[in-house]
Amino acid sequence: MNQPVLDVRGVSKRFPGVLALDDVSLTVAPGEVHALVGENGAGKSTLIKILTGVYRPDAGDVHYRGEPVAFGRPLDAQAAGISTIYQEVNLVPLMSVARNLFLGREPRGRFGLIDLARMNREAAEVLAGYGIDVDVRLPLRSLGLGAQQMVALARAVAIDARVVIMDEPTSSLEPREVDTLFRVVRELSGRGIAIVYVSHRLDELYQLCDRVTVLRDGRRVHTGELAGLDRLGLISLMLGRDAAEVRRDGLTGFSAHDAGDVEPILRVRDLSRAHQLHGISFDVRPGEVTGLGGLLGSGRSETAKAVVGALGADGEVTMAGQRLTRRSPAAAIRAGMAMLPEDRKAEGIVPGLSVRENIVLAAMPTLSRFGVVSRAKQDRIVETFMKRLRIKAASPEQKVSELSGGNQQKVLLARWLCLHPRLLLLDEPTRGIDVGAKAEVQALIDELAADGLAVVLISSDLEELVEGADRIVVLRAGAVVGELAGDDVTEDNIMTALAQEPAHD
Amino acid sequence: MTQTLVQKSPHPVPVEREHRRERLAALAQRHGALAVLTLAVLVSSVVFPSFPTAENANGIAIQSSFLAIIALGMTFVIITGGIDLSVGSVFALGGVLAAYASQWGPAPALLLPLAVCGAIGLLQGVLIAYTGMAPFIVTLAGLLGARGLLLAITEEGANTYLVPKDSAFLELGQGTLLGVGYPVYLAVLLFGLGGLLLQRTRYGQAVFAVGGSPDAAALMGLPVARIRVLTYLLSGMLAGFAGVLNASRLSSGVTILGVGLELDAIAAVVIGGTLLIGGAGTVSGTLCGVLLLGVIQNVINQIGSLNSSYQSVVSGGFLIVVVVVQTYLSRRRHLR
Ligand SMILES: Nc1ncnc2c1ncn2[C@@H]1O[C@H](COP(=O)(O)OP(=O)(O)OP(=O)(O)O)[C@@H](O)[C@H]1O
Ligand SMILES: [Mg+2]
Repeated sequence: MNQPVLDVRGVSKRFPGVLALDDVSLTVAPGEVHALVGENGAGKSTLIKILTGVYRPDAGDVHYRGEPVAFGRPLDAQAAGISTIYQEVNLVPLMSVARNLFLGREPRGRFGLIDLARMNREAAEVLAGYGIDVDVRLPLRSLGLGAQQMVALARAVAIDARVVIMDEPTSSLEPREVDTLFRVVRELSGRGIAIVYVSHRLDELYQLCDRVTVLRDGRRVHTGELAGLDRLGLISLMLGRDAAEVRRDGLTGFSAHDAGDVEPILRVRDLSRAHQLHGISFDVRPGEVTGLGGLLGSGRSETAKAVVGALGADGEVTMAGQRLTRRSPAAAIRAGMAMLPEDRKAEGIVPGLSVRENIVLAAMPTLSRFGVVSRAKQDRIVETFMKRLRIKAASPEQKVSELSGGNQQKVLLARWLCLHPRLLLLDEPTRGIDVGAKAEVQALIDELAADGLAVVLISSDLEELVEGADRIVVLRAGAVVGELAGDDVTEDNIMTALAQEPAHD
Repeated sequence: MTQTLVQKSPHPVPVEREHRRERLAALAQRHGALAVLTLAVLVSSVVFPSFPTAENANGIAIQSSFLAIIALGMTFVIITGGIDLSVGSVFALGGVLAAYASQWGPAPALLLPLAVCGAIGLLQGVLIAYTGMAPFIVTLAGLLGARGLLLAITEEGANTYLVPKDSAFLELGQGTLLGVGYPVYLAVLLFGLGGLLLQRTRYGQAVFAVGGSPDAAALMGLPVARIRVLTYLLSGMLAGFAGVLNASRLSSGVTILGVGLELDAIAAVVIGGTLLIGGAGTVSGTLCGVLLLGVIQNVINQIGSLNSSYQSVVSGGFLIVVVVVQTYLSRRRHLR
């Protein structure tokens, strides 16, 4: 191997209550795509933040291009040529797309003033290369999550970097955008830029990466060529269980149910919203997982939001025989619906509150008696879910903002599960969750369905959708283009349904 | 295995529509104050014949110029997600220092207040940016501190410093060009520069980023602390400069001035469409907000029979309407 561009030696980092990194080393050569994997809370993001000057290591040091470095701030790391896409989209939602892209390095013209025309033009050009065709003067938040992530990618790559670090860059991308991302990664690596790539999607790693470093509980347990390691081997390294055990447990935790002719608990009729949803109708039966399939912009998330009243729409929603007239999220919860939203950062987690408080937040009314909340009941619920979902936290009282990204997601999932809803809508429930816990979440969904809960599942992961759902409603451009059930639920059939033209317009 | 979908989704029409609405909302946010101001001026002109006169307009402009300069600094502060409660006291302190220093000539009368008020702003900025104390608390202390300093140098207000009658310093606040007072020109000039600073410089972009999402700004490599310090420095200096102008106009440093002025400035900024939570705003909106407050005061004076305290009632009413509309607009956009 040639001279590494990045060489991390024996780095340790302790947070109150947890040793997040314990003597971890990592070397990355120019042009190499290096996978960094591990369970939620294994320390991946912490290692990245040490590389980029967000945290200082307690021990060990970082060598960059042969020199020891200690970046005090992200600014310094960036200036030195280490560019990062962080796990959560870290851009400024209210500022325009172009301004986000160029923030801190805007093109300047006369008198040192920013040349707006040039900035907007260049931004449009750059983004077009990423398949993003938008009015770059619009605020960033008017873009979908995936497109925002692409802007972050474009921004990171545009900075003249020698090392690009990507912390779960694909977690909110559509397949088409993932392709673009892959293309960019290969191009970068071809130019001799080193890439550190974090992802829970193993397929991606095998498609992209040369070598892999596995972290477990803050320690490095393996580094080596990826090609020589099969999926099972990789998973067992991550989980610390042996391959045979992993194989026995299976990789997804789903099984089929047969709800037969049970009365639907949710009837959606003619759900419409100008230019987004066109007369969407479907039924959801208790004891069954109903999947919503489709591409970006097909209206999956919008449909779910409209059902729970978080998005205004015309049409009828009947829950357990009761027609919901004044639709609002509160009314939906009262009617027994619970929804896990897609954009968890904006719509879910309360960063300042503890893990316990975040979990029981929505269940408060049902846990309280005369306004007094039973602490014992809370503790029981919290303990159950923390164990079940393997939420890694120092204690239930730890602030949720201090948890790793994947563990924050699990906390949110726990919040909606402990409501004991009759209908659960899950928008991308396993995004950002590691393989072990993913199977656990899937098994839990399965178990809940077996207990008679009705589940609506939205997932961009076709494999998850096909294995998880007993019935799939396929959406395209805001209209239902097909419904698959039983043995018809296959990836091929979904693709065929997607290829059809919608009936309207 | 996860299959890759290569098929393109048809270009969604809804996006267009969404964007138009987004733009409309932004437009309302940006130009709402201008629309209300125009309306207020039109109605007042029709109802009060004495309103649409050059003399009256001039009066409103002069009256508003001091608040405008203060509110300009406040706009920057609020966009970074902060607040500066000290500006009223700093304004008064600037005036008294100017009057005091005018005995040595116009240059000290200008520079001493700017230096002292700038130092107060700088200190506040450093405390806020580097110790993580809440801007509300730090600048509240600044409000009390500056007021205390003021009382100390005027011996509890017993001393009123007068600007020497023949001082060239008086020209600054009392001189006119084409019948319009210098302070008006200065305010307009400062707003022009402020607009450029906010929209067309890296500092200005960083101000938006720091207010819109401080964590993201830091991760994107912006010097967040330095931006904050600079912003409070700017606010302190602008408030001091407004005090200087006012002292020149009144020929003296008046101790009791500026009480509650910070609230007027905040009101003007918010009415002008700047989000109180930070991250969005314009200086032109602030100018409209200041003028609107000026027109309201003027109209209430025109009515004559009304107690001038009604001004606060009407301004307060406006404020509530603006904030409600703001909340509504941003909620709608959020729920998309
Ligand atoms: N600011 C913090 N304060 C306290 N503990 C923290 C903080 N940041 C991270 N931790 C803890 O350090 C450990 C490692 O977290 P890290 O974010 O590095 O995990 P990760 O490997 O990125 O996981 P994921 O796949 O979920 O993103 C976790 O136990 C987490 O709770
Ligand atoms: Mg992470």
